[in-house]
Amino acid sequence: MDDDLVFKALADPTRRLLLDALFAQGGRTLGELEAVVTARTEMTRFGVSKHLRLLEQAGLVVTKKQGREKLHYLNPVPIRLVHNRWIDKFTEHHAVALADLKRQLEEKP
Amino acid sequence: MTTNEERQAPEIQVFRVYIEAPIEKVFAAITSSEYSTKYGYGGEIVSDLTPGSDYTNLTTAQMREMGMGDVAVTGTVLEIDPPTRLVLTWIAAWHQEPTTLTWELEDYDGTLTGVTLTHDCTGAPHTAMDVEGGGRADMGGGGWPWILASLKTLLETGKPMVGSGS
Repeated sequence: MDDDLVFKALADPTRRLLLDALFAQGGRTLGELEAVVTARTEMTRFGVSKHLRLLEQAGLVVTKKQGREKLHYLNPVPIRLVHNRWIDKFTEHHAVALADLKRQLEEKP
Repeated sequence: MTTNEERQAPEIQVFRVYIEAPIEKVFAAITSSEYSTKYGYGGEIVSDLTPGSDYTNLTTAQMREMGMGDVAVTGTVLEIDPPTRLVLTWIAAWHQEPTTLTWELEDYDGTLTGVTLTHDCTGAPHTAMDVEGGGRADMGGGGWPWILASLKTLLETGKPMVGSGS
């Protein structure tokens, strides 16, 4: 799997929105995902389909046929591989500390 | 940002990884102790690998020290078609929720193998949460993404990934 494709796929807000939607609930059709995107921004079904194809090429989305429908699932494995490749033990410690700080700040009323 | 606490992990989870290894070797890695002790959470596999036979994933010494007993996962082989397909029921000892695991392997030119793992956790929310891998890998929370990453490392480099295996 190509890291470049993963980073490229993650660099677009619509594609991140699609990944968030699939993280919240997997096994969605193109129509359902189109509704998620068009609730936020104007986009044709063709546009959404193109984004999904790029996510699939990067390995971040896996599709399965169920009857006549094509269901989309988030595949977290490429993110794990990128994480293993780019975040070593040292930076992980800092990343965790920052994530904790972020959570604490956000939890404050 | 939403917190993960109220969120339910998806009932059907699909994981895919591509491994630079022949399909037979990848199939051996998901079905034999020779490999299973060298990636993921480790532990030996005990099974006749025939339809209807029991499948057991034993605990590692470290797990037993933590008080987990001798068995980590139990199940029954439902379908097996080496080296492309293995379907089994999969019950984590710490949850006792029945789930179904489907391994599908695809050969590309004899050198690259696509591995698709589908974990059907319908009615098994605790298992779904654990296997999804949203936790810290160094605290055992890596789930299938971490297991598959370590499988890839082992088969491609011949060495276990740091922190994985028995």
